[in-house]
Order: sequence, then structure tokens, then C-alpha cells
Amino acid sequence: MKILLAGNPNAGKSALFSRLTGSRVISSNYPGTTIDYTSGFMKIGESNAELIDIPGIYSLDREEKDSDVALQMLKTGDVIINVINATNLERDLYLTLELLEGKTPVIVALNIWDDALHLGINIDIKKLEELLGVPVIPTVAITGEGIKNLVENIPAAAAPGLPALTREKRWAKIGEIVNQVQQVTHRHHTFGERLADATVKPVPGILISLLVAAIVFLIVRYAGDGLYQYIMEPIFQFAWRPVVTAISNHLGAGFLHDILIGQLIDGQIDFLQSWGLLTTALYVPFALVLPYIAAFYFALGMLEDIGYLPRLAVMLDTIMHRFGMHGYAIIPTILGFGCNVPAILSTRVLENRKQRFIAITLISLAIPCASLQALILGLVGQHGIQYVAIVYATLFIVWIATGLILNATIKGFTPELVIEIPPYRMVPWPIMMNKLLYRIRGFLIEAVPIMIIAIPVVNVLTMLGIFTAIASFSAPVISGLLGLPQDAIAAIFVALLRMDAAMAVLAPLSLTAKQLVISSVVVVMFFPCVATLTIMLRELGFTDLLKSLGIMILSAVIVGSLLNLLPI
Amino acid sequence: MGMNKITLAQMKDGQEGTVAEIMGGRWAYSRLTSMGLRPGSRIVKSSSMYWHGPVTFRINNTQMAVGRGLANRILVIPDENTSCR
Repeated sequence: MKILLAGNPNAGKSALFSRLTGSRVISSNYPGTTIDYTSGFMKIGESNAELIDIPGIYSLDREEKDSDVALQMLKTGDVIINVINATNLERDLYLTLELLEGKTPVIVALNIWDDALHLGINIDIKKLEELLGVPVIPTVAITGEGIKNLVENIPAAAAPGLPALTREKRWAKIGEIVNQVQQVTHRHHTFGERLADATVKPVPGILISLLVAAIVFLIVRYAGDGLYQYIMEPIFQFAWRPVVTAISNHLGAGFLHDILIGQLIDGQIDFLQSWGLLTTALYVPFALVLPYIAAFYFALGMLEDIGYLPRLAVMLDTIMHRFGMHGYAIIPTILGFGCNVPAILSTRVLENRKQRFIAITLISLAIPCASLQALILGLVGQHGIQYVAIVYATLFIVWIATGLILNATIKGFTPELVIEIPPYRMVPWPIMMNKLLYRIRGFLIEAVPIMIIAIPVVNVLTMLGIFTAIASFSAPVISGLLGLPQDAIAAIFVALLRMDAAMAVLAPLSLTAKQLVISSVVVVMFFPCVATLTIMLRELGFTDLLKSLGIMILSAVIVGSLLNLLPI
Repeated sequence: MGMNKITLAQMKDGQEGTVAEIMGGRWAYSRLTSMGLRPGSRIVKSSSMYWHGPVTFRINNTQMAVGRGLANRILVIPDENTSCR
């Protein structure tokens, strides 16, 4: 059996999906978290059923471009669980009526039931069931309330086969239903609502956004540093070092030692410079990068779940229009500070090609993912916070300048922002921590194997003199324009595999502060890592991908050269 | 007698009214109506962002924002006595 979860954006489908399947999907408090469908399995009584989380849609009208995927998917289901936001009954019933005009049996999950009660909204569920002709089950997906009841009632899903109505008649019918089932008791505005208004008002809004940006940066910097200094570094020095030293002594010199442990530096294992599978290949992802990944996703998860990001879209709309995008593009951009791959996927909420090309190119060009930020904060930061500031400022200027240029040169218009702003919610800690663990696990699954491959590959290429050959070939650019030592070329190339591998290459080179600034800016801008490249190809197509890559390579060389000319 | 239509952009912060007409294109009309903004909806304007930025408002319990250009094309009949807060 195939069960579909359908509903308006931000009705809580993803949270419900996690509850029903026990699997983890990213759910956040803003519309459009699910861009592609997600499927999982759930138990109904004794049997297994496939559950599919469909991206949120407001209606089945074909004019809504984003409903295409959803429309196709809806045809394939045996049962539809229609997720309704109980605080927004009138609007959400539109899709419900459309679904009830179809042939697939429907059961309604009246979600966010707790908020509706708090808001003084009383819904007569028996009456609603009667009027719709299908079961209606109140649920609170983030706490799990009502989920059991929902599952038990899935077999009772029904297809009343309502006659197809015109849009106006449907709204009229909804008006009648709402009048009969919903009573709203008068109430005062809540603190949350006043806060919600304040954060989109110009003056407090802008001050709050600066404060939020500062808090996020401080969390990433200090929580990241703290995790590294007080947890990961001690684990490696005091717990792991004796183990690898014993292995090293046991193996003695030889090929296996070179591969597993790497070179001894002054007779000691040096986790950064030894370049073995058990030393550097583990130390870089776990000790150097993981702390910043964890810190960033902790901060991002809170922003997502509180529901702050759409406010930022409202505030930055005018500025983003100068770059040929509307304000919503800021959400993919912020996701890019974690990993460019999901960021690029989420640009699908932007309506046309111009917006998407600009957003994707700018993310890939100027937004350093968490691995790169670990490099910037960790390596460049050793020389002082002012150099970190130079790197971020340079990237910010590049982002602005490239955005202005692309907007002026790419044909097409930018549609207007139309956005729903979800109410603020308290962070649902268990769900947020789950999401954090899910993302950290995702990072480790990707990063560790690639580091384990990259380290011997780089070793072999170095031994074969490949990098020396590339370096002498590209010397006019690398040393001439960018002022970097030839060894740094390897960093730019392994960055194609993964950005954190570049850090492993740069770390032992003992570069000057200026050289580190230039090489990190160039590594960020020059080329995407292979995972990002694949997604860009899929989302942009071949021609636009080439254009995008051309922009990156060209601007990386220009900006790197300019930095080299500056007295840093 | 209060039947003078003004645009959503012209409404004052906190002013309430009833949506009269949406003069956008098909896409905007379809999008706005399915999000709950349609002729007859009760609307409360929250604020306008600087630099000709989006207009934020509430319909029922939902806070929404639209770009200023679109807000100029949504006509509202404002209530008489809520013009100032």
C-alpha cells in the first residue's frame, strides 16, 4: 500500500512523516522545507505501507508551477493523509476539497491542534467529519499526540467523490463549512505575535537581524573552538595518540606504516602532518571540521525551527532584488553556510531560471560551507581574527559585486515575493537534536571515506610528481598572480573532492597569514567540490553549468590576484 | 463613507480592512487566493519594510508578506475607525 502525505506548506507534513516512519527527515518551521518527495515505511497493524512526503502545495491548480511534482505523485497513491494546519482551517480546506473531488480515499490529520487551542480556535471535529465525509483526527506532530489514533484510522479513509466545483464555489462552500465547525473566542494578541510583528518592522527588525547574525557567528566560532579544544583535541591527544603510537611501534618502518600512520615528524606522530589513514585522515574530519559543522548546524537548526528565516527574506527582499532574486533566496544562501548541496537543491522554491542561476552561482562562488569555514576559522584564525574578517569581507564583496553584474547581464525579470511567515515556535529540542545528529552523521558518512581515499591519492600523486608538473605549468598563475607556494596547488585540486581535504593539504605548509587568506578565498571561489558539481549539473543543465564554472574560475583568479597586490 | 478603495501598500500600520480586488496577473491571483488572500478576506496590515520593501499583513491567523509592487495592486476597503493605532 502506498500512502501519501499531502497538505499546504508548513502544515507539518515532514514532522508527521518522521513520527509515522520513525525515520529522520529534515523538518523546519518555514514553508518549502521538502523540495523533493521523501519516502519511508510505516506499519499499519501487521502490514507494511510505503509513506511518501509530498512537497507542500496550496492547491491543485495548474497555474502553480510547483504543484507539478505533487500532482503527478498524487495519482500514484492508495490513500492520502491530508495534513491540515488547524490554526488555518479556512485556507487549508481548499486543497482538502480538491482532494475530496478525486477518487483516492482521504483521511484528514488536523495538525498543530495544540496551537489552535491556545489561539482560542475551537473546531467541532464530529461536525467537520460529517461535512467532509472522511475521518478527521487531531494531531500534534512535533509531540506525537494523536499519531496512534491517526494510524488506527487509516483503513477508514474514504473517497466521498464530491462534485468538482469552480474556484469561487469551492471558497463559498469552505465559508459555509468553517461557519458551522469553527468558533474563535476573542483573545488578546500573544507575546509571540507581537514579537512576530516586531521582527518584520523596519527598525527593530534590522537590529534583531544583526543581533541574530552576530549570535550565530559567535556560536560557530566559540562553540566550534570549544568543541575542538576541550573535547576533540584531548580525545585525539590523550586517547587516540597512545593507540596509534603503539600501532606505529608495532609496525615498524615500511609501506604499511606509511599508509596507516604516515611519516613521523621528529620521531612523533603529528596528526596534521603525518598524512596517514589513522592519523590525518581521521583527525581532519573529526577534530578540525566536525566541531564547526556541529556548531553551525546547531545554530541553523534553531533558526529554522524557531521560524526566523522567512523574516530575513522579508527584510532583505529589496536588496536581493538588486541581485536579480527576491528575498526568499536568502534561505538557500544561509543553508549554503552548512553545505552547498542542500542549499542548491532548495533554490527550487525560486520561480524562474534567472533567479535560480544567480542564486546557485552565488552560493557556489562565495558561500563557504561549514568545512571551508572550519578551514578559515581554524587555519586562518591562528594568525588572528582580523585575517578571518578579511576572508569573510572579501567573499561578501564578491557576492555583492557578482550579484549586481549577473542581474545586469542576465535577461529576464524577477518575480515578486509572495511568502507565508510562520508563527514563532519554541524550539522542539528532541526534533532539533535529531536533525543535528542526522546532519552530523551525513557529514561523517561523506567526509571520512573521501578523506581516506584522498590522502593516499594525494600521496601517490605527490610521489609521482604530478603536482609538481601542474605546479610548474600553472606557476605563472599560482606564484605569479596569487603569490602562493607551488605546494598550495594541491590544495586547490583536492578541494575538488572535498573542501575539508584542502585544509589537510594547506595545514602543514606553514603559509604566511596573507598566503592563507588568499588560498582560502581561492579555494572557496575557484571550483565547487564534486558533490556540489553534480547537483549543479542536475539543477542547471550543462550549458548553464559551464557558464557558472567560467564565472567562478575567472573571478577566483581576479580576486586572488587583487588580494595579493594588497598589503595584508 | 469608507467605500474608498486604497491599496494594501497605502494602508497604515495596524489598519484593518476587507480585500476588494486583486489586480495582479494570473499567477499572482492564483497564488494569493490559494494562500487565503481573496476578495472578501479580512486583512490587517502589519508593516512595510524600508527601501520600497515588502508589505507584511495578517489574514486570519496567518502572517504573510508580498513585494511592494504586488501590494500596490491589491485593493482594500479600509475600516472606518481603525486608521491609527
